[in-house]
Amino acid sequence: MDLNFTPEEIAFRDEARHFFRTAIPQSIRDKVAEGEGLTRDDMINAQRILNAKGWCTVNWPVEWGGKDWTSVQVYLYQDEMQQANCPTPIAFNVSMVGPVIAQFGSQEIKQRFLPATANADIFWCQGFSEPGSGSDLASLRTKAEKKGDKYIVNGQKIWTTLAQYADWIFCLVRTDPTAKAQEGISFLLIDMKTPGITVRPIITIDGGREVNEVFFDNVEVPAENLVGQENKGWDYAKFLLGNERTGIARVGASKAKIARIKELAALEFAGERPLIESSRFQEKLAAVEVELKALEMTQLRVVSDERKLAKGRQNPASSILKLKGSVIQQQLTELLMEVVGPYVMPYQRDFEGNNEPIIGPDYASEAAPMYFNYRKVSIYGGSNEIQRNIIAKAILGL
Amino acid sequence: MDFDLSEDQRLLKDSVDRLVADQYQFEQRKKYMREPAGYSAAMWDQITEMGLLGLPFEETLGGFGGGPVETAIVMDAFGRGLVLEPYFATVVLGGGLLRRAASASVLGALAPKVASGKLKLAFGHVERHSRYNLADVSTTARKDSGNYVLDGAKSVVIHGDTADKIFITARLSGERRARNGVGLFLIDPATAGVTRRGYPTQDGQRAAEITLTNARVSAGDLISDNALPIIEHVIDEAIAALCAEAVGAMQSMQDLTLEYLKTRKQFGRAIGSFQVLQHRSVDMLVAVEQARSMALFAAVMAGEENPIERRKAISAAKVQIGRSARHVGQEAIQLHGGIGMTNEYAVGHYFKRVTMIDQLYGDADTHLSYLAAQGGLFGKVA
Repeated sequence: MDLNFTPEEIAFRDEARHFFRTAIPQSIRDKVAEGEGLTRDDMINAQRILNAKGWCTVNWPVEWGGKDWTSVQVYLYQDEMQQANCPTPIAFNVSMVGPVIAQFGSQEIKQRFLPATANADIFWCQGFSEPGSGSDLASLRTKAEKKGDKYIVNGQKIWTTLAQYADWIFCLVRTDPTAKAQEGISFLLIDMKTPGITVRPIITIDGGREVNEVFFDNVEVPAENLVGQENKGWDYAKFLLGNERTGIARVGASKAKIARIKELAALEFAGERPLIESSRFQEKLAAVEVELKALEMTQLRVVSDERKLAKGRQNPASSILKLKGSVIQQQLTELLMEVVGPYVMPYQRDFEGNNEPIIGPDYASEAAPMYFNYRKVSIYGGSNEIQRNIIAKAILGL
Repeated sequence: MDFDLSEDQRLLKDSVDRLVADQYQFEQRKKYMREPAGYSAAMWDQITEMGLLGLPFEETLGGFGGGPVETAIVMDAFGRGLVLEPYFATVVLGGGLLRRAASASVLGALAPKVASGKLKLAFGHVERHSRYNLADVSTTARKDSGNYVLDGAKSVVIHGDTADKIFITARLSGERRARNGVGLFLIDPATAGVTRRGYPTQDGQRAAEITLTNARVSAGDLISDNALPIIEHVIDEAIAALCAEAVGAMQSMQDLTLEYLKTRKQFGRAIGSFQVLQHRSVDMLVAVEQARSMALFAAVMAGEENPIERRKAISAAKVQIGRSARHVGQEAIQLHGGIGMTNEYAVGHYFKRVTMIDQLYGDADTHLSYLAAQGGLFGKVA
């Protein structure tokens, strides 16, 4: 047992640290640090910088631009990226649709989509959830009827993150309404410019527009846009959802938030002394740090174990990464809001686009919206209650 | 980075796991507890034969040169068995003090005796009002014609009632809470002026109150005249060992609870089919795994020579262990229902042991305060 990294791993970490902190523009990293929304261009720029170094699609097969990295290298890459407040590559492209296409797509579909997906020449969004199909995803009803060499798609998707930026959407659609719920689903790629698609924003409680409703009204999709086999989409979706194991804990991002909270708590005052010197505040923060350290160690256990486990098998500890990681992320947004104090109050999102100076310290305006927004973290990607159902069944055998 | 055990560590783990599985079933433990010493003499011999008592000592001293990871392997298994024998007092505390504080000649004379099971040790340090402040020593040591005269009292000395020799701290100089001037003696409990009153602890182990009244010991019994930094390191190692023991106990509570949920039927079905109990079991699992992660962290950091970094890590681990253990213990009782409340059933005994571990060498809140005052664990990347 040795928790030290090898000299090679340390050299790799230092390279990553230097790269993320110099190659990605400071203006973008500042936005991530403060929780400001990134523009479409910000995301694409950051992704292309990573892609130019070959550090964007590290989880893909090597022939499609992946890296044959050790699990420790992948961990260090993610940790350094998150700690540097570097935007994660567009998840829909890199963590979701890319690996599915690479694993299950035909050679043509790989050629057509993978390079463009890696370089963010295509901005993807994900069409999974529907108004009646949240945690019970397999009950989805958006249907795709085969007519000649086309599918005719009708239905509605919801919670579609960044659909307003997207060029394409990958959808789960029902192609066999007579089959059992999980067996009649297919994985279809749809150009967002196709006639019959309408995107409507959903404004969330933080005042932001991240998610949307997407309506499909007799949308014609070429049959060649089907990934893999018809009616096998549920398998591909499970592959997609099971893919992200360790990055999901977002330990590096939480470390960066703790560092930021400490900086800001030195600027705010509690009585005559800086807030950071209040023992009550120190203890609240330290309590979260202990949980985060434990999570980091748990993640490292999973990372270390991944080298030995057959592909596709998981260390039981991996399933707690999302559960615990989400709660820690949320606790840190609470603490950040507490640090800022009364200047969390001004709502300044309506001011966007004009030149009025912002009200209060520049770090204050996003604290409350981030707190409100982060309630999503324990809901998306399978709510924490669904995670508990999965763990109870798969690990505890209940 | 590598979490794998070495071949030797794997063998050690297999043998202590087997010992606990074969010889430390709950009913067997009850018998051991009824022996006069409060533990099994035969089991002590067996632990000796396995070589476990020599764990921290070099081979030339009859040991096998193990470190905190090897200690954690043993303690984790002992936590699962709720082992009663004075391993922690003799080897982790006593062996740690011998190794770090004693001269080569004292170590050379005593370590082989410890390793061969002939010398049981205990550590009398805590006093009535010192609580978790290791510098708070009121017991005095007065020099008198080449000897030392000890006066004071030591509280809750773990296995102090059966130890053959006892480490005692006494102030050679300085105010009550001064960091300097804490002397470490190794005394014979039969010394005139030393009394000890043994008693059972809440978790079925043994301890003693020790009083020192004009107790005259020789100059050769003084092991260190400024022992606090050594004591702090040994206590950090001891906390790492207790963290591992607590994880073993938590794992057992988790296993027992899970087994119960799968077999206990109410309303015509196994109660583990109810979602509310499933989710609570998952939260227990999370608490156990987080604790296991921090016990590993503690084991790795216990050898750290920078005392601030070491102490921060150990404190963080003790916080996590304390909080996880309280959650897991309370939930284990609750999910069992009435049977969990009975003294005849094992789960409550694990609960009691982890509850006592939280009270040893600083509870979760004490360690959280320390960690917080030191600025926490994470800062800006340079």
